[in-house]
Amino acid sequence: MLFTSHTFVIFISLLFLLYYTIPKKYQWKLLLAFSYVFYFIAGPKFLIYIIITTVTTYLAAVRIGKHYRHLDAYLKENKQTLTREDKKAYKSGVKKIQWKWLLSALLVNFGMLFVIKYINFTIANINWTLEVFGSGQGLSFVSIALPLGISFYTFQSMGYMIDVYRGKYPPERNLGKLALFVSFFPQLIQGPISRFDDLAKTLFKEHQIDAKNMSFGLQRILWGYFKKLVIADRILVAVNTLIGDTAAFDGSYVFVLMVFYTIQLYADFTGGIDITIGIAQVLGIKVQENFLRPAFAKNTAEFWRRWHISLGTWFKEYLFYPISTWQPMLKFTRYSRQKFGDRIGKRLPVYIAAFAVWFTTGAWHGSSWNFIVWGLLNFAVLMISDELKPLYAMFHGRFNVEGTFHHKVFQILRTNFLMSAIRLLDCYRDVPTTFRMFGSMFARADLSIFTNGGLLDIGLNVEDYWVLAIALMVVFAVAIAQRRGSVREQLYSKPAIVGRAVFYLLFVAIIVFGAYGIGYESSQFIYNQF
Amino acid sequence: METLLEMLKDMHPEVDFENNDKLIDQGILDSFDIVSLIAEIDNEYGVTIPPESIIPENFNSAKALYALIEKLED
Amino acid sequence: MKKFFSITLTFVIAFGGLGLGQRILMPKYTTGIVEGALIEEYYHEKAPHDVIIIGDCEVYENISPITLWEEYGITSFIRGSAQQLIWQSYYLLEETLKYEKPEVVIFSVLAMKYDQPQNEAYNRMTLDGMRPSVQKFKSIRASMLPEEDMISYVFPILRYHSRWSELNSEDFAEAFKRQRRFHNGYYMRADIKPVETIPEGRVLANYDFGENAYKYLDMMVELCKENDIELLLIKAPSLYPFWYDQWEDQMVEYAKKHDIEYINFLELIEETGIDFSVDTYDAGLHLNVTGAEKLSMYLGSFIKDNYRLKDWRSDGDLAEIWQEKCEFYHGMKALQYEELEKYGYLKSIKGE
Repeated sequence: MLFTSHTFVIFISLLFLLYYTIPKKYQWKLLLAFSYVFYFIAGPKFLIYIIITTVTTYLAAVRIGKHYRHLDAYLKENKQTLTREDKKAYKSGVKKIQWKWLLSALLVNFGMLFVIKYINFTIANINWTLEVFGSGQGLSFVSIALPLGISFYTFQSMGYMIDVYRGKYPPERNLGKLALFVSFFPQLIQGPISRFDDLAKTLFKEHQIDAKNMSFGLQRILWGYFKKLVIADRILVAVNTLIGDTAAFDGSYVFVLMVFYTIQLYADFTGGIDITIGIAQVLGIKVQENFLRPAFAKNTAEFWRRWHISLGTWFKEYLFYPISTWQPMLKFTRYSRQKFGDRIGKRLPVYIAAFAVWFTTGAWHGSSWNFIVWGLLNFAVLMISDELKPLYAMFHGRFNVEGTFHHKVFQILRTNFLMSAIRLLDCYRDVPTTFRMFGSMFARADLSIFTNGGLLDIGLNVEDYWVLAIALMVVFAVAIAQRRGSVREQLYSKPAIVGRAVFYLLFVAIIVFGAYGIGYESSQFIYNQF
Repeated sequence: METLLEMLKDMHPEVDFENNDKLIDQGILDSFDIVSLIAEIDNEYGVTIPPESIIPENFNSAKALYALIEKLED
Repeated sequence: MKKFFSITLTFVIAFGGLGLGQRILMPKYTTGIVEGALIEEYYHEKAPHDVIIIGDCEVYENISPITLWEEYGITSFIRGSAQQLIWQSYYLLEETLKYEKPEVVIFSVLAMKYDQPQNEAYNRMTLDGMRPSVQKFKSIRASMLPEEDMISYVFPILRYHSRWSELNSEDFAEAFKRQRRFHNGYYMRADIKPVETIPEGRVLANYDFGENAYKYLDMMVELCKENDIELLLIKAPSLYPFWYDQWEDQMVEYAKKHDIEYINFLELIEETGIDFSVDTYDAGLHLNVTGAEKLSMYLGSFIKDNYRLKDWRSDGDLAEIWQEKCEFYHGMKALQYEELEKYGYLKSIKGE
């Protein structure tokens, strides 16, 4: 069910109505039911996967939790009689058993994810390798469709698993509640990936009708639809046209695609998350922000702290830190410091861990080489900019521009250019083509397309550009206003008529200017196939 | 504590590590810094900081970090 | 109390605003394809009609209710629309019976060739003009193509919102009150384009009319029987789309089986006096006004001889109402002939 379908609007309207009319102690159960109905509508035969994930996660976590309780009890009881070595040995023994449970859960769930998502990719590469070595045969592809949200809920559940293993918090003993955590439907389509202790603060509580919260939530939902329908779906027409004919739309059109695709991705993804967080807010549930004005990032590292935040933090906590603090890795660090000297030796483990993270991040986005290359390009940019730090320092020592407005603007433009450029891999899907098209931007530059009506040949007319321009200005204005604090709070502090007028205008703008209906293909959320 | 301060100053000479207690909150130390630190701490003190201890509370100030190291040495 | 009032006021303004927007955004069909404006005109009728005519362009372009009135005193209305499908005709008839009870219903059987939903644009032209009713709901349900959905019929703004970039002055001028364009459902064309060659119909795999079509024809027969209405089936003298003998046979048989009158005007060219060199405006697909009047002369005579209808010309009130209609009709005819003289084509229809 797409966020922008009529069915979905009816679905959440019904949910909101029921949620606040039934006895409060059933509210989370209602959410669970609705989440499973949502999943059922998306594809009934995929329910089995999310159920397996839920059950295995529940069991493994509960067992690990049990071992912790026994451990605490044992240590308490025998505080006096045990030596430190005994305690350590006992702890490590328990840890081994817990590790087995964690490993099983990780293998089952990541295994499922890998097979479902990457089996054909693996087969394709095996076949390619076989071909290279002259073997005539190849493996045949498997026909597997992706269960809705599998990348998101698997990561969310495994994060929970690892947290419980690390003793961060006790496991959830109620299977229903855990099932809700795994399947909470607003998050299924494109995240964010929540932490259990964070989400649980509000997910299972009893919620009163809170008019302010609800109207804030509704405003947020409308804002998301505005970005999605008025901006993203409109500019999607041009994006598809540009991608669809690489022969006709090379040269400066590639730059247009860079800009347009970035706009589309931003509007679509942040808009979708707005809807998610807004729905949760109406339900009285707090979902963490996933974006923080990413267009204003001054460098790539900062960008990844502002874009798809929950994914970045997931990889940081569950992949990057574990890898870089792994004993063998630390040993390797010591070794490489001896071998290659302090400078390089120190950086090697970081680079290796980062490489692994970015490789995985790329693969997470899609099971094809263009996504992995994209991930690695992010890695490359980060590493290069890190290495360039001394050079920058020298530059800023000579010229006094650091911190000036112009410098900041330059940094913002540079970051946006870099990120948009490597995102071309998303568009053209094929790595060689992408590099070729990117090159043609310089080799076959033709700036006349900006003046001779070339921009009217890609599926948008003059009125569309007006709508886009005004809508983007509104978004920009809101972003600027947001730096001073929540925009909705600012509106709230004005007379009621202002808030209502804004609400109404947004609604009308969506209905009239939204790019939906017959004539516009109902576009999938880009992250829908995750 | 001296060694630790030296390590930190090496990475970011411009920062006052004696007194600053918002190293993470202010974004002075990023994830790469943390990883480098952990490797160095392992090298210097022979102590491995587990991933679950990589939380802002432990890294926001040199003092907190040193306390963590001492705790792990036990 | 104040809060309740202000919230109510907000809602009223909000929905009022959207309703206004919807009215402005909906297409008015003022030029070019004016047929979209047909259905809506029925609801402005002030007096009942003895004869209701339903069907596609083969009725609304070939029959003149003004001629029927002027020559025979017959009151009639054509509830026709472009490519009106048989179930759409059925539900329009059922809906009409909520407003009045005619003596005779005339249905053009060409629609039997369409067993399934055809075209979104034509659906809209037939359905959007209907007032909300159970019949409209059922008709929409029977007509929807896979890419359509009910909610965009309930709230047409969802279908027409993208017209914001092509709004013109007429969208605003006719947002509430529409200009009258037709004559009790007759679409007048005074231009002439003689018949040239008529392509022979290509061979079909199957000549049987579909089950769905027969189903609705049966329902129509039943509905008329229940309401004591005489049903008259006709085939207009349109030379194209090709009317196969096999189709003709099916209709003749059906009419016989159900004891209904069926007139095929293709076989009455001589009797009606239709001359395809002057009586058609599109080389034989449809008659023009002279052709329609000729056909109506014959049809009116048939009705008079076979059904006991009153000659309403003696009724003072009705005569007044129809007097005005006749004036409008003859006025438009004169205007059209003037345009043809001056420009050689109908500028006003083209919208120039």
